[in-house]
Amino acid sequence: MTRDPRFGIVGTPGPRVDALAQATGTLQYVDDLTYPGMLYGKILGSTQGHARVIAVDTAAAEALPGVRVVLTGADLPTAFGLLPVSQDEHVLAIDKVRHVGDAVAAVAADDPDIAQQAIELIEVSYEPLPIVTTLAEAVGIVDEPIHGEGPANNRDRDISLEFGDVDAGYEAADHIREDVFFYQGNNHAALETHGAVAIAEEGGRLHVFSSTQVPHYLHRILAKVLEIPESRIRVTANPTGGGFGAKTDVFSHELLAAHMARLTGRPVKIVLTREEVFYAHRGRHPVLMWVKTGFTAEGRITSMAFKTFLDGGAYGSYGAASLLYTGQLQTTTYRIPAYRFEGLRVFTNKPACGPKRGHGTPQPRFALEVHLDKAADDLGIDPVKIRERNLVEPNTRTVNHLRITSCGLAECIERVVDASGYLDRRRRLAAGRGVGFAIGAYMSGAGLPIYFNDMPQSEVMLKVDRGGGVTVFSMAADCGQGSTTMLATVVGEALGLDPSELTLVTADTDLTPIDLGSYSSRVTFMAGNAALDAALELADRIRTAVADDSGVGLEEVSLGKGVVCVGDREIPWAEAVRVTEARWGLLVTTGSYKPPTDIKGDYRGSGVGPSPAYSYSACVAEVNCDPETGFVSVESVWLAHDVGRSINPLLVRGQIEGSVHMALGEVLMEEQTFRAALHNGPSLLDYKIPTVLEMPRVESILVESIDAEGPFGAKEVGQGPLLPVIPAVVNAVHDALGIRLDEIPIRPDTVLAALADLDRGGTGRWGPTDLPDYTFRPPQKVEPPPAGVRL
Amino acid sequence: MLRLPNVRHEAPSTIEEAVVLLGAEGTLLAAGGTDLVPNLKRRQYPGAHTVVSLRKIADLNGINVDEDGTIRIGALTTLATVAEDSRVPLVVREAARLVASPQIRNQGTLGGNLCIDTRCDWLNVPDTWRQAAEPCLKTGGEMCWVAPAKKVCWAVSSSDLAPVMVALHAEVRLAGPSGGRTIPVAELYRLDGLAHLTKSADEIVTEVAIPDSAGLRATYRKLRRRGSVDFPILGVAAAIRLDEVGSCTAAGIALGSVASAPIRARAAEETLVGRRLDEDSIAAAAEAAGKLARPLNNTDLTSRYRKRMIPVFVRRALGDLTGH
Repeated sequence: MTRDPRFGIVGTPGPRVDALAQATGTLQYVDDLTYPGMLYGKILGSTQGHARVIAVDTAAAEALPGVRVVLTGADLPTAFGLLPVSQDEHVLAIDKVRHVGDAVAAVAADDPDIAQQAIELIEVSYEPLPIVTTLAEAVGIVDEPIHGEGPANNRDRDISLEFGDVDAGYEAADHIREDVFFYQGNNHAALETHGAVAIAEEGGRLHVFSSTQVPHYLHRILAKVLEIPESRIRVTANPTGGGFGAKTDVFSHELLAAHMARLTGRPVKIVLTREEVFYAHRGRHPVLMWVKTGFTAEGRITSMAFKTFLDGGAYGSYGAASLLYTGQLQTTTYRIPAYRFEGLRVFTNKPACGPKRGHGTPQPRFALEVHLDKAADDLGIDPVKIRERNLVEPNTRTVNHLRITSCGLAECIERVVDASGYLDRRRRLAAGRGVGFAIGAYMSGAGLPIYFNDMPQSEVMLKVDRGGGVTVFSMAADCGQGSTTMLATVVGEALGLDPSELTLVTADTDLTPIDLGSYSSRVTFMAGNAALDAALELADRIRTAVADDSGVGLEEVSLGKGVVCVGDREIPWAEAVRVTEARWGLLVTTGSYKPPTDIKGDYRGSGVGPSPAYSYSACVAEVNCDPETGFVSVESVWLAHDVGRSINPLLVRGQIEGSVHMALGEVLMEEQTFRAALHNGPSLLDYKIPTVLEMPRVESILVESIDAEGPFGAKEVGQGPLLPVIPAVVNAVHDALGIRLDEIPIRPDTVLAALADLDRGGTGRWGPTDLPDYTFRPPQKVEPPPAGVRL
Repeated sequence: MLRLPNVRHEAPSTIEEAVVLLGAEGTLLAAGGTDLVPNLKRRQYPGAHTVVSLRKIADLNGINVDEDGTIRIGALTTLATVAEDSRVPLVVREAARLVASPQIRNQGTLGGNLCIDTRCDWLNVPDTWRQAAEPCLKTGGEMCWVAPAKKVCWAVSSSDLAPVMVALHAEVRLAGPSGGRTIPVAELYRLDGLAHLTKSADEIVTEVAIPDSAGLRATYRKLRRRGSVDFPILGVAAAIRLDEVGSCTAAGIALGSVASAPIRARAAEETLVGRRLDEDSIAAAAEAAGKLARPLNNTDLTSRYRKRMIPVFVRRALGDLTGH
């Protein structure tokens, strides 16, 4: 059977399979679930940024009528964390609280008002400890570090890698440029707040519904913390009202609802408030960055060094991966002959940072693309040319051993530059107006699973009933990205069936085979391939049975749209299915996907960055700036994205437009900042997200490089398009006003400060200058792959 | 979501009944409720036990024009209605259209917007956040955390319509236990974040009267981060009359959202009267207005930035008025 689309199902824009349910309000989000006798849980958050918990008095709460259970740290003492290297969290504080909002105690009661009252009756005695909230403070030695014993600094982890001879590269350079950048942290701000409902079933079984993106990881951690076997826990991931990475970790409310349901025998629901979401966080890390690059006179990169300093907040979460992501993917867009990366993640007394759309790469991408814009100015080369001269080529290996296969970057650049008229309009627009350009790349799924194992990352099962109905079973969690529609489209295309005719059973650990979760843009590539695998096997089985039944050779049997063709004769699909079942019994096929193993190097840290394929994007943004108020308004965005193949162009365009919106929030206004340990406004009124009025015209250009390993050639689109938008806007502001903003978000007052500097004869720069006083260990030296070898 | 505290809801059908109910300690007045409800959910009124809604009082809603051209708008008229009614002066309609978001304008009222409680970063946050901070003056503490030097609450008047009504010399009608009275809108406010309204708790704003604005040139400029949803962090209302030779005969300029009350920029008004509205007179007025307010760091963007924007916005507002 062919892996190329034949039926036009792939490539046709169409609504999501759940569009009607979403639009009419019948889709069941976690907060829509309600059960007889259900209790409502509520968590008491810390009022301290850093403190020892001396005592928690729950007597008054327990005495309140309608309160069914009150828990404190000692009730669930097992430490957990999503990454095996970061087992540093507890469901409720054991000895210390580490940020305002850190969970201390919890109640479940007959109604939400009683639960709220009960929470207010709990008395906690704290012994306050000094707080650490900045990178500069965190590298200093303190008596009471946030984790572990003092005196010590608040380092979480660091990394130091060198590929090739970076200093030799500088010596060969005609021009060397150094810059320092800062990217402020921000929250995912998904519309739906996190929630979970747990039901204790007969026989000691537990069913947990959650707004999670990672039912499998929740399943594992529930078993660990509750100390019951995975075989007695069922996790269902409900459709979510947006994830963006916020729901890829496992949280106290999920574990508490489950434990409380077991203790009380009654269903328990916990839904977080918006404030609690800002405290659960796991959002974008604030990152301070330094980059130094050597260039030849023609603008070719000879060598590059990158340092990143990540403010991780109070827990590890995905931080070990986030840290590596701030250094590993720079090489996926540019040929860098020698590269050094040093990175440090620290703990601070703020909510834990983690993965958000682009995980760890928007920050260095911003730095790199603005840095290149400046280098182009230094060298008198236009910003497009300097990138084209360094562009990564398809079927090569990067200096840090990442395997590059399909790459439509050159076409993305060409088409976005053409569509926007960038080269003609740059430096020629009216006062206050400017255009900016940048590119980016992202993974189509992390090559390695989060915990070490040799099993597939995605498995899909198809079951066919006697009426011809096909049910697709997959654990892929639809976090709004449309993974369920993707599965239906891939299977539909492979079998010649209308996707809306398929039944989808997803994201349920009892019913569906593994998918590791909706993170790292892995689902289309991995679950899509597993689905295609299963569908092709089903097609082969049906063809074989029909061929034998008709007494013809296999090559004479093919699938048509809803039929099986034997020469000129068409057999209805349902009949062909019955012939097949009569031949072999139960008609079930399976498919699985495991990334290739030759996509990575062999060094400490090499597990983060490799992917079976990379998506590519290029962006031009046009801005209109008010030099008197400092307001920047983005008026147009052109974005070309190499998606490999567009499985559903409507959803691809939706992801691009959504990425543009999120990127504009990050570059223009969104910031999760603190006054000491206090969040600066944990609400969607104070935390500014662009409204529809700030949304510019977006021209999406789909580039199809047809990846050899992707399902029908597809790659990711959920995260990559966000990356170039941010530096494109910053570069556009430079074109408009002549200022260099090396720190984002851009604020009106920082624009005015940079303009004032320009007026005084300065460089018109706004941004950080100093790096934390931290000495990295000597780098792990890694030999680059042999030059010039094509894959 | 945040839960409402346990409060009683009263919905009297007459003003007299409402006034009696409001005379009791711990009673709050609700018009549209778009500001009161979130404030209640954040536990900003700890002693409150009853909310008195005006929604069932029939004669508080509607727009009428007197023979002398005075526009009378019932206090419970929604902002959406105010924004759409062609009898209402354009500047008022525009300011109403800039309040919050479409959904809130459908529910929020003119009287509610004028009386809206003062806001502050240390106050308009969930109570769990406030428990993590020290209480401020407005939440029972001893200090204002925005400006700890003085024992004064600097919470910000955040009404879009207040500066407009001040600039237009509008009046409000109040109903209270001893009958009704009418005062200029400017006199409804005082510079005290704790008690920014001069009316007593059992007085109700029943009506806003805007004098005939024929021949008046007026505008409102609002500073905020986004084009919708956000409260003003600076509002500039300007209204002038020019005689036949283009000389300014009357000027009303008011600044909103830079203090606990709208500030009438008399010094700026005075620089304009008797002069032509040109670049020089506008610059002089802008400079004078810029000296009048000292915004603090208790709302979006920095105080320094907001202060710097006052003359810019006054200049732009007056610039709007030159073109007619």
